[in-house]
Order: sequence, then structure tokens, then C-alpha cells
Amino acid sequence: MTALSLDRRAEQLLRDLAPQVLGAVMRRFRDFTASEDAVQEALIAAAEQWPRDGVPDNPRGWLIQVALRRMTDHIRSEIARRSREAAVAADMPVVVAPALYSEAEIDADDTLVLLFMCCHPGLSPSSAVALTLRAVGGLTTAEIARAFLVPESTMAQRISRAKESIKRSPVPFQMPDSDARAQRLGAVLHVLYLIFNEGYTTSSGTELHRTDLSNEAIRLTRTVHKLLPADGEVAGLLALMLLTDARRAARTGAGGELIPLDEQDRSLWDGRAITEGVALVSAALSRGSPGEYQLQAAIAAVHDEAVRVETTDWPQILALYDLLQQMSGNPMIALNRAVATAMVHGPRAGLELLTALDDDDRLRRNHRLDAVRAHLLERAGDPDAAVVLYRQAAEKTTSVPERNYLLLRAARLSDAPP
Amino acid sequence: MKYILMMNTPRGGDYQMMKWPKRDIEAHIGFMIQFNKKLSSAGELAGAEGLASPSQAKLVRAGEHGKPITDGVFPESKEFLAGYWIVDVDSPARAYQIAAEASAAPGVGGEPLNMAIEVREIMSGPPKDVE
Repeated sequence: MTALSLDRRAEQLLRDLAPQVLGAVMRRFRDFTASEDAVQEALIAAAEQWPRDGVPDNPRGWLIQVALRRMTDHIRSEIARRSREAAVAADMPVVVAPALYSEAEIDADDTLVLLFMCCHPGLSPSSAVALTLRAVGGLTTAEIARAFLVPESTMAQRISRAKESIKRSPVPFQMPDSDARAQRLGAVLHVLYLIFNEGYTTSSGTELHRTDLSNEAIRLTRTVHKLLPADGEVAGLLALMLLTDARRAARTGAGGELIPLDEQDRSLWDGRAITEGVALVSAALSRGSPGEYQLQAAIAAVHDEAVRVETTDWPQILALYDLLQQMSGNPMIALNRAVATAMVHGPRAGLELLTALDDDDRLRRNHRLDAVRAHLLERAGDPDAAVVLYRQAAEKTTSVPERNYLLLRAARLSDAPP
Repeated sequence: MKYILMMNTPRGGDYQMMKWPKRDIEAHIGFMIQFNKKLSSAGELAGAEGLASPSQAKLVRAGEHGKPITDGVFPESKEFLAGYWIVDVDSPARAYQIAAEASAAPGVGGEPLNMAIEVREIMSGPPKDVE
């Protein structure tokens, strides 16, 4: 028998348990790097012993036990090293040897607490994203570096600085109290949303999808949803990801070109993901007091439920954007609401709403305002003005597929005989 | 050995995809996608990036206390780096061959653009220790 012949189920089990074990170790020792090493050693021990002896009855307890023992060994050797160096035992820092853990102490929330820690508001979004993928997602530094198209050494630095700042931070490793909790959960959901979007649209490069990051974001959000099934926004975010991701196969053509929603081949949409997303968001909305993710998901659901683009229920989408705009100061929402208005009341009504956005600093350097205005002008029968704005938007965007799409859209209009 | 292949074009020069007919833009984009795929599957592509429009480009210098001083927008005639490839090849001849292929990317009417591609060898790390 080979030592590493773990079957797929055991492999998946280890992957699911790793963040819980890390959380349990982190709960006792703040040292991120040492805790991670200890968990790593426990996982290696499992990969060696489980195929030989069978998977233990309580695999998580087994892993935590081994990791804590490694951690204790690590601290003992640290003490020995320091006492050799210092020679004065009395000056040594007091290290409390951990009591062996008892089953009652194990907390299903450890993954969640770990997530709260990784998405700490003191970290920059890019650090939080990297640390979350590393500690909770279990991705290797090389995998994360590849996903973000940066050298591995850069990503390793980003992660180790994030760990350092957690070690120094005064925030305790425990569930935030109920006041802080909603706010901290908001930060977690935002980080998960960033990971998903990075995978779905990619902020740089020529490839439109980096599938792995989207899948990872969905997997992590699913975990949070399992831990907090009653939270409407968690369910809303999971639904939003599923409903958006469902269109993936239809979103790009053979050459990697972008295909807009209204031109997509809807038979390529993932019906199972749509069914799951719709069920999630419907259940969440029925509990009342919808939040932003739930409303975004509801809008995605209305699009996904239209078998043909002509049957899209635009009045309902507009009503949802009305609600969303009251809740959010995000100018992108206002932009999308203008599109929905155009679909219900005609392009001129949409264009009128856009004038209010001309002075918004956040949109000035963004290509979307120009792109939306170009679309509406095209629909309003003013191709010349539309061509100018499509090209202007193409100059501003930093996405290659999007630039190509906008250029082709302009060319299609300027090619047409007058 | 690694080479960088730089595509420098003047704003308002030949490489003005913006104003091309639709099928020529499509042919050009298709060429570039295929070109990158070919390099990548040959194991020769170390990196490639297209740069965003020069209309937002700035020249930056450090001023007093290291404060950035920015300069821009630039005249249409100024040359800009539009994009680059980094290739890992066995000989300079191979790098030139790849550059020539990129240079012949189709432009208006499918005619080859024959744009100038600047080819520069990338310096390597420290030499191996003598044993």
C-alpha cells in the first residue's frame, strides 16, 4: 500500500477540515505561521496514517489533537532555544502549555472565526483576499499567485505581512459580539464577493474567466451559509454568485470575446445553478428586510428566469433597482437603474437619468457611463453619437475583452451604410 | 534566453484599430489570440500584456519631499508602448522570427501592418559559480 493513496472523499474531507483545525489552533495561539505549520504537519500525518489505519471516527478531533501536540512541541523547542540563547531562565516569557483539548471545546464556528480574522477591517482588501484563500480556502501560495497573475514571491510577502498584522492586532480570536458581528460579517461577504468577481471578470489580462477563483468563492460562501443558515445576506450572496456563474458558458465566444446578456445563447446557461440560486434568494426574501446582496440576486434571478431575452420582466427589475438605489449610494446601481428605466420607459427616459450622473467623480474615469450612454443612444436611433461614445469607452476600459467588444460595437455602427 | 518584444506605435498612426471596419478589427483580434496561443503551447511565452490607452498616460517625477509631479496629456504624434511579449527562446534568431510574425499582424483590408517591433534581450541573474 502506498502512503499517499487517500481516496477523493478523504482528500475532500481533509480540505474541508483544514480551516476548522487551523481555527481551533489559532484560538489558543495567535501565531498564524506556527499554527499553519502545525496544521500542515497534522494533515501530512493524516495522509500517511489514514490509508493504513482507516479514517478515525472523529477525524476533526484527531487532526486538532495532532496539530495541538505539534504546536506544544514547537513551543517547547522555542523555550529550549531561547533558554540556550538567554541562559537566564527567569527572564523567559511565560508560556502556558495548552491543556489537551476536550471534545466540548470544539466549536463549529472556528471556521467562521478564522474567516472573521482573515477579513479583518485592518487589512487591505487585497491582503484579506489572499489570506482568506490561503487560510480558509487552503490554496497554496503558488496557486493564489497564479490566480492573481503576480510572482509567487510577491504573494508570499503579501500573505506573510497580513499574518504579521493579525498577530500584532488587538482583536481577540473569538466570535465578535452581536454589535460588531453584522459589520464584520459585511467585511467577510465583501471579501468573498471580491474573490468571486476577480474570477468572473478578471481585473487584468486577456482571459475573461478565471474559473478557479469563482468556484473557490462559491465554495467558501456555501460554508458560511451552512454555518449561518438564517442570515439573509449570506444566502443572498451565495444566490447572486450562483445566478451569475450560471451564465458563464454563454458569456464568451469561441475566441474569448465578450457576449452581452441580451445576445447570449440561453440554452448554455446552467439550469441547476439557476434553480438553486432562485430557491435560495426566494427563501431569503420571504423572511423580509432584504439587503443589497438579496436584491442583486433577485435581479439576477429575473434575468435568469427569462427563457428568451424578450420575455425579461423589466418592470420587476426596475422595481428592484428602485429599492436597491434607496439602500445604496453606489453610482453603478444608478447606472443600471437607468438601463432598466430605458427598457421600461424607452431609451430617452434612460438617457435623462444619466445626465444626473455626469458630475459624479466616481464615474468620471470609469468607462461604464460612456458605454451605457452609447447603448441607449444606439437604441434611440442616434448611431453617430453612439459610435463616438463606444470609442471613448473603449479608450477608458482596462479589460481587453471589454475593449474589443466596445470597438466592435462601434465598428458595426460605423460600417453600416448611411 | 529571454527577450522582450515591444510594440511601439504613435497615437494616430497605423495602429488605430479604433477607426477600422468591423471585420478587420475581428481579424486582428483573432490573429493576436492565435499568436499568443501558439507561443504559449510552444512553451515560449513568458508573459504578454496589452497596455491601456495612452490617453490616460502620465509622466511622473519625484518633486519636493518625494511628492509625485505628474505630466500629461501627450501630443497625438508621441510614440507609446501599446503592448509587449516576453519570450523565452533558444536563440536571438528565434526571437526575431517571432517579432516578424507579430509585425505582420493584419490591419485594414487584411493587409499586414508590418509595424516595427523593438526586440531587446532581458538581463539575467548572477552568473553561475565557477566550480
